[in-house]
Amino acid sequence: MRALSAFFEKNGSLLGAYLILAVGFWILVLIILPQLSMLDISFRHNLPPALVGSERDVYTLDNYRHLLHGNPGNPDRLSIFGYETSIPLNRVDLAVFVKTLFVAILITLFDLILCYPLAYFLGQSPAGGSARIFVLLLIIPYWVNEILRAFAFRIIFGTSGVINTVLLGAGLIDQPYDFIRENVALYAGLGYAYILLMIFPIYNAIESLDRNQIEAARDLGSPWWRIHWRVVIPFAKPGIVSGCTMVFMLTAGALAAPQILGGPSSLWFTQIVYQWFNTGQNWARGSAYAVVLLVTCIVLVLALMRAFKVKMGEIGK
Amino acid sequence: MTKGVGVQLDQLWIRFGDFVAVRDANVSIRGGEFFSFLGPSGCGKTTILRAVSGFLEPSQGRVLIGDKDMAGIGANKRPTALIFQNLALFPLMKVWENIAFALEVKGASSADRRRRADELLELIALKGQGDKLVSELSGGQRQRVAIARALCAEPDVLLLDEPLSALDLKLRQHMRTELRAIQRQVGITFIYITHDQGEALTMSDHVAVMREGVIDQVADGKTIYDDPATPFVASFVGENNVFRGKVKSVVDGHAIVATNRSGELRGRIAGSAKGTLAVGDDAMLFIRPEAFSIGADDQIDDHAIRAQIRHEEFEGQAYNVFLEGDAGKEIKMSLVNQGQSRTSAAGSNITLAFDPDQALVLPKGQMASEH
Repeated sequence: MRALSAFFEKNGSLLGAYLILAVGFWILVLIILPQLSMLDISFRHNLPPALVGSERDVYTLDNYRHLLHGNPGNPDRLSIFGYETSIPLNRVDLAVFVKTLFVAILITLFDLILCYPLAYFLGQSPAGGSARIFVLLLIIPYWVNEILRAFAFRIIFGTSGVINTVLLGAGLIDQPYDFIRENVALYAGLGYAYILLMIFPIYNAIESLDRNQIEAARDLGSPWWRIHWRVVIPFAKPGIVSGCTMVFMLTAGALAAPQILGGPSSLWFTQIVYQWFNTGQNWARGSAYAVVLLVTCIVLVLALMRAFKVKMGEIGK
Repeated sequence: MTKGVGVQLDQLWIRFGDFVAVRDANVSIRGGEFFSFLGPSGCGKTTILRAVSGFLEPSQGRVLIGDKDMAGIGANKRPTALIFQNLALFPLMKVWENIAFALEVKGASSADRRRRADELLELIALKGQGDKLVSELSGGQRQRVAIARALCAEPDVLLLDEPLSALDLKLRQHMRTELRAIQRQVGITFIYITHDQGEALTMSDHVAVMREGVIDQVADGKTIYDDPATPFVASFVGENNVFRGKVKSVVDGHAIVATNRSGELRGRIAGSAKGTLAVGDDAMLFIRPEAFSIGADDQIDDHAIRAQIRHEEFEGQAYNVFLEGDAGKEIKMSLVNQGQSRTSAAGSNITLAFDPDQALVLPKGQMASEH
């Protein structure tokens, strides 16, 4: 209570009330309520509107069961070390689920390796000057709509696209390579989509690192890699974890890039969710799939933070 | 004391674009001595330090450490260790890891590193504090950790960039003594950068006074203070009253200067101006506030000035008396507090007497700052 009155004293009653209302609305109405209702729907049967609220509208684990076991009569069985059990296995959906998470992790790592040197360069160059132009160059492409950017990638990576034309012209290949079928375009697009969310948290963290510490380490004889290993990376750790978290979450939850850039036989887990909601008209099942994705991602992120000993508060810095 | 490694600056120039930060510096620093660069901020002293440590390549000229040209040798390969103004300790490492970082770089085992860190912790009187974080130490303790971290690299030359400037007065005075003691103990060459003349004079074997990229004088502290080579040194190191005028006569190492406002005054010709100062030259005569004493009211000669007391400050160890001579000439006198009461009331006229040997005559030149 004292904290609340101090908050109002500091900000004035009008601004204080606005802040509390705005943040409350944002968290409660835009985040908590929709997620809770999705959680609720995920435990219900997919009923026609007339039956909603009737005695048949009861809670069930069917939707979650479906992700694990598939439709009744699914012939696939779980096998452990080659020994086939009697448990039915939804091999298709689970494979997509695991692949989505695995690829999202790889893309996050790739983005980290790509962005750390950039962020270091930006964070350690003097304010203004070339660094500012560089940041601007990074930001401007993001003024273009995400879907348009994905289509641009489709054009670049198409069989008659720039890359194939150049490779053919240089004589490196004798027929066009199908980047889209091989998912190269998808991974490139996903890797590019959230790059800024990796660069900026790391840049922010490194920017506040005292340059003298780097020089001190060098003066004490340290080669460049050890300076990064012992001084810069530990300092930038909250930024690195924050960037990885955001890139991983958004990549695992991406929809536009997989829809546009995915090869004909490739599915992203969000596309399955999307299908249940849209073409499948089964919101309950879509919700269950979405909840599983969300919870798994949160668990992975928390595990990452724990492994790297980063506290939640540090990420907010 | 072991024979330390000397450092030479040989016709060293450092330019940043059109700006000349260091102009033709020639200094020979003897092995094992405590050498200071003293000057106002922006005079180029830190630039020299960075050139010695290897963070900066000279535009021209050479830096030699132990007679070896350092051109092209990076900061991590030079036998120097730098203590930064803000210390730049690694905040995420424990105290002992900070200290032993140079050994970690060399690939020493954890046990060796710990042992060496503990030895150095003992040297800096912080025994048993190795497992703390840097943030848990006080300012003076961090200072000492920074010294230990640099010493752990076993440098031939330790470079210190105003490391005491962030400490409070008492601690600073204490650390001066301590730094000097550590330097004597380890016997390596210390190069110290400061704008604080007190630090430079108390600790150093030799001091180089710098002004706008130029080294005006290199000498021991006593010489710097008593026989400054230029008006800049005379006015930057300690306080000085300056009387401008023309040389009227030169006799026996003394000169009589016809000053603009205070009549003819006699002073000793500075060592740097001996033999070159001639009658008719524009000159400056410097008298330190503490060189004045109160003379007899009827003393009128070339080592006395009549002035009127304006106001007086009590500084503890001394009274600062501000006076006004003829034509508004401002003069400051400092009288050691020996228990006497105030000199006399504002407005009264007194005679300021001085020993001509304590007054210094230099050719006209640039002052540290014009008041």
